Amino acid sequence: MRSALIIAKRELKSYFDSLMAYLLVIVFLGLSGFFTWLFGSNIFFLGQASLQVFFNVSYWSFFFFIPAITMRLLAEEKRTGTIELLCTKAISDTDIVVGKFLACLFLIFLSLFCTLPYYITISYLGEVDHGAVWGGYVGIYLFSASYISVGVFASSTTNNQIIAFLLALFIAIFFQLLFSVVGQNFQGLGGRIFDYLSMGTHFQSISRGVFDSRDLVYFFSIIVAGLYLSRFTLSRRIWRS
Amino acid sequence: MSVQVENLLKCYQEQRAVNDVSFSIETGEVVGFLGPNGAGKSTTMKIITCYMSPTSGDVRIGQHSILDAAAEIKKKVGYLPESNPLYTDMAVMDFLYFSAEIQGVGSSRIPGRIREMVDVCGLGSEKHKKIGELSKGYKQRVGLAQAMIHDPEVLILDEPTSGLDPNQIVEIRKLIKELGKEKTVILSSHILSEVELTCDRIIIINRGRIVADGKGEELRKGLDKREVVEIRIEFEGGTEEVKKALLGIASVEQVDEEDGGAFQVRSKPGLSSRKELFELCVKKGWNLLGLSKQETRLEDVFKELTQ
Repeated sequence: MRSALIIAKRELKSYFDSLMAYLLVIVFLGLSGFFTWLFGSNIFFLGQASLQVFFNVSYWSFFFFIPAITMRLLAEEKRTGTIELLCTKAISDTDIVVGKFLACLFLIFLSLFCTLPYYITISYLGEVDHGAVWGGYVGIYLFSASYISVGVFASSTTNNQIIAFLLALFIAIFFQLLFSVVGQNFQGLGGRIFDYLSMGTHFQSISRGVFDSRDLVYFFSIIVAGLYLSRFTLSRRIWRS
Repeated sequence: MSVQVENLLKCYQEQRAVNDVSFSIETGEVVGFLGPNGAGKSTTMKIITCYMSPTSGDVRIGQHSILDAAAEIKKKVGYLPESNPLYTDMAVMDFLYFSAEIQGVGSSRIPGRIREMVDVCGLGSEKHKKIGELSKGYKQRVGLAQAMIHDPEVLILDEPTSGLDPNQIVEIRKLIKELGKEKTVILSSHILSEVELTCDRIIIINRGRIVADGKGEELRKGLDKREVVEIRIEFEGGTEEVKKALLGIASVEQVDEEDGGAFQVRSKPGLSSRKELFELCVKKGWNLLGLSKQETRLEDVFKELTQ
């Protein structure tokens, strides 16, 4: 665990040094702020003291942002060969994968933390359902963690960042859209399975402020599966023949 | 710490990159790994450093085997990979700190270790620059520094002097010799003179197999016992005549003509013809300008073994 944190620290430093972290936070705040407060069906238009609009915007912006921040994690190391440096140090492959995952998780945490003024503002504007807001934050965080895990995996499969980005989007679009579309077109068990696989179902149920173990199991399964597969692809070099 | 490589085999599809390689290295030995490109040097090193696993065979470092104690081995081995990959966006000091931390050096010891490495590798003037801004020679030193930061007992250096200028090569060579006094060092190269100067022992590997193993002098002697003499004479008349006369000596096997009245004379195995050559010159009235015995160079050994 200690080694994973060292990796995470280095990774974060590199995000901040390359200005990527600042860019992410600024663009995310700009986008979400614009749609939450200024444009279209914003909070004033709806006339409700709720952050539902904000969470919906985040839901889609993170869908695109996360593959962009995860794409370089392992792909870049593979391209430059530093992965060899890392893998021959006294750390395990699990540490490497988990460390990179944690670094991205912290970036997302930072972005969300910067939106706390939204929460404070609307709590002055009217009666806020605090459960729903916290639920929304937890939901968006778990949702991000799942996609980061998918992104780390996509990055572990290639040494080309663009491919890693597209692959992560490709996998994520199934959870984001396709499963729910398929789920609606099926009856019975098949429909229920696809519905369960859809990210939207779980995100909405959590962002209503309802913590259901089924949702938590869903998110954690994706996270663990993604990390496990990343570690597996990373370790494959050992047995490559 | 000793390194024992036992019947190492690594296959990529049909090709055997490392084919039944065995050797053992004692503590404090500096061993040079020599071979043409694609001979299996890097693959062997990657296996020793637990980056890859062998198809079969084993490597034991001290008491530990790569098959079941990779974590232990990684702590005791310092590795400079081929082509020296580094995080180019990090500053030298940050990178060394990161390397030390990740190798499990206690945080109280880290500043001291970094200072020592900066000192030993001569990074003083460049230590606050980003690695990407450094020249190749300094990058190489950073690579060496990160390999040694945790004071490993075994150092594995894959082409440590590639891309360095002659002065830097001399420095790195000196450094490796210094290190070799108490550590086990394995380095690879395809520059023969360098290996001969730095290493106590040379292992020549070709197409995945060890073709020679021993001290530089031993290898040179073992190759060709025939004496080769370069003789330079002043004479009148055609060179053909001289050649014929030289071949007339009983112990001479072959004569090759060189520029400016010089000839290379190869004797038959186990025989010397220097005395006869001198007597021939006296008899024919040629002026003998030079007579020197040719050392078999390591290059020749290498060429002969790897072709």
